[in-house]
Amino acid sequence: MEAIILTIITAATPLLLAAMGELVVERSGVLNLGVEGMMVVGAVCAFGAALGTGSVMLGILAGIAGGMFMGLLFAIMTQTFLSNQVATGLALTLLGLGVSGLIGESFVGQPGVKLGQIHIPLLSELPVIGRIVFGQDVLVYGSFALMIATSYVLFKTRTGLIVRAVGGNHHSAHALGYNVVAVRYAAILFGGACSGLAGAYLSLAYTPQWVENMTAGRGWIALALVVFASWMPVRVMIGAYLFGTVWIMGLFVQAMGYGIPSQLLSSLPYLVTIVALVIISGNRTLTKINSPAMIGQPFVPDR
Amino acid sequence: MKIKLIGIAAAAVMAAFSVTSVEAVAKTKACWVYVGAVGDFGWTYEHNHARELAQKHFGDKLETKYVENVKEGPDSERAITRFARSGCDIIFTTSFGYMEPTLKVAKKFPKVKFEHATGYKTAANVTTYNAKFHEGRYVIGQIAARTSKTGVAGYIVSFPIPEVIAGINAFMLGAQSVNPDFKVKVVWVNSWFDPGKEADAAKVLISQGADVLTQHTDSAAPIQIAEEQGKHAFGQASDQSKFGPKSQLTAIIDNWAPYYIRRIQAIMDGTWKTQTSWDGMAEGTVSMAPMKNMPDDVAAEAAKTIEGIKAGTIFPFTGPITKQDGTVVGEAGKSLPDGEILGMKWYVKGIDDKLQK
Repeated sequence: MEAIILTIITAATPLLLAAMGELVVERSGVLNLGVEGMMVVGAVCAFGAALGTGSVMLGILAGIAGGMFMGLLFAIMTQTFLSNQVATGLALTLLGLGVSGLIGESFVGQPGVKLGQIHIPLLSELPVIGRIVFGQDVLVYGSFALMIATSYVLFKTRTGLIVRAVGGNHHSAHALGYNVVAVRYAAILFGGACSGLAGAYLSLAYTPQWVENMTAGRGWIALALVVFASWMPVRVMIGAYLFGTVWIMGLFVQAMGYGIPSQLLSSLPYLVTIVALVIISGNRTLTKINSPAMIGQPFVPDR
Repeated sequence: MKIKLIGIAAAAVMAAFSVTSVEAVAKTKACWVYVGAVGDFGWTYEHNHARELAQKHFGDKLETKYVENVKEGPDSERAITRFARSGCDIIFTTSFGYMEPTLKVAKKFPKVKFEHATGYKTAANVTTYNAKFHEGRYVIGQIAARTSKTGVAGYIVSFPIPEVIAGINAFMLGAQSVNPDFKVKVVWVNSWFDPGKEADAAKVLISQGADVLTQHTDSAAPIQIAEEQGKHAFGQASDQSKFGPKSQLTAIIDNWAPYYIRRIQAIMDGTWKTQTSWDGMAEGTVSMAPMKNMPDDVAAEAAKTIEGIKAGTIFPFTGPITKQDGTVVGEAGKSLPDGEILGMKWYVKGIDDKLQK
């Protein structure tokens, strides 16, 4: 049981990290479909830096930097040059997959540096909950902190209000004197950092190695989680963990040998998560209020 | 999807000289379509490594090209067509799911030769080639049964195609040859390549008592989990002992280079013919990494089994074999016919999983 829960946590953490970043991006009225690309670049940068320096912390920072760099490219294209966000996001994913393969060519076949778990004496030795609650790695705790912080900043601070205002109606926000483009730049960079962090988690903690395409579609799942969670941080977390749980239970049930079709079990996480999130987001007016009205629309400041 | 042109420089130099050189002959062009990334350190990595060796072998006489990460299905048909149009003399398509697309494109380009790995349909210009990986799986099954303390192995698999099923069966028969009560737990991840999911499957299998892992997926993630948790595992397609210095018992290594060199030579000589090639340990296409992390007597026994397979005295599928449903196949003391192994859709008795009909 303990092993299962530990596995669920590792499966859910990268989704939670990446989705939290994308949530802020979308709240500011920008749709960045390049999560997968930013994530995979984060993964390769984190792996390379950790391998080169031997320091996992530098690896994590490099992962964040890699993701932010990709985010910056997206921001320049869509905010300064007003390119189409959907097309640019897709291009960012393709670019990320290609660039990461190029950067990572010499890392293939090399075992990486693993991000260790924290061991709090006594507490992490408690039966059952010890390892689950007190024996995780920093990024798992980081993902929870990120969720709480995002939720707090978005809904309880002035900064969050500005971000939401920009996403809700950029003309009004502009009229009030807020720099829409600057706010969106910041949100996109934050999203890039989170995706990079999620990538770092993959190549340092989940499977400490570098292989091309190692994100294997997790960026897209994160993207979908944000929408189905109707842009609410807590729901994103519920979604990520629900997805992780059904995903791991599917493997668990298979190994028991009941003979349930594996294709069904593989598709269940998607079905269950979507259905559950649609149900908890059932209040249509609330969903409408939550959804950023300006999503995907370019903003040209007039004088 | 990116295409890397290999030997552009060489080609340019050749082009410059061909004006003056009388000897300049048309180069043979060989092209490869890969399902994964050349950096997967598994299946595709080995095909690409063999391509590099072939290039080295033929030098200036050969031009090679490859395209990686080609999804099975319509994408692959496009990739193969593009190669056929670009003047490739021979195209190697290296995944099971490329079977129909390869045949379809081959029909349109009768002059181009096609070689499809792991499939079972041929045509006038389509050959299939495969390796008897189940020979290696029989050996590792035996090692697993000897080294496991719990008597349970975990087997991470991709898709229920005959080759994969035959692999599971060979592993089980190898294990049963030394421990009739051995158990194999199977997890299908429905992907050839997803390091995260393979790692998850490995953790789940270990939590259910498996202390030796093997896989028919392409990343080194499971072996890394085995290393972390102090269990044993087998490398897949390449020697992965770097990922599991303490956990890798051995690895089944694919070595396609001799085959590729032979076939490209046949194109150059004009002797290429349709055939179905199925080489194994005897021909060197399937080999094993050094035996590690196991008692000497187990290693010696494995070496003996390998010798037997090479000499043709041991067959992984020796009759009579009891299927999962209780029926018995095969003649006593004889190997199952090749066709039966290539089209295998049933489990042997004792495997803890059910196949969908």
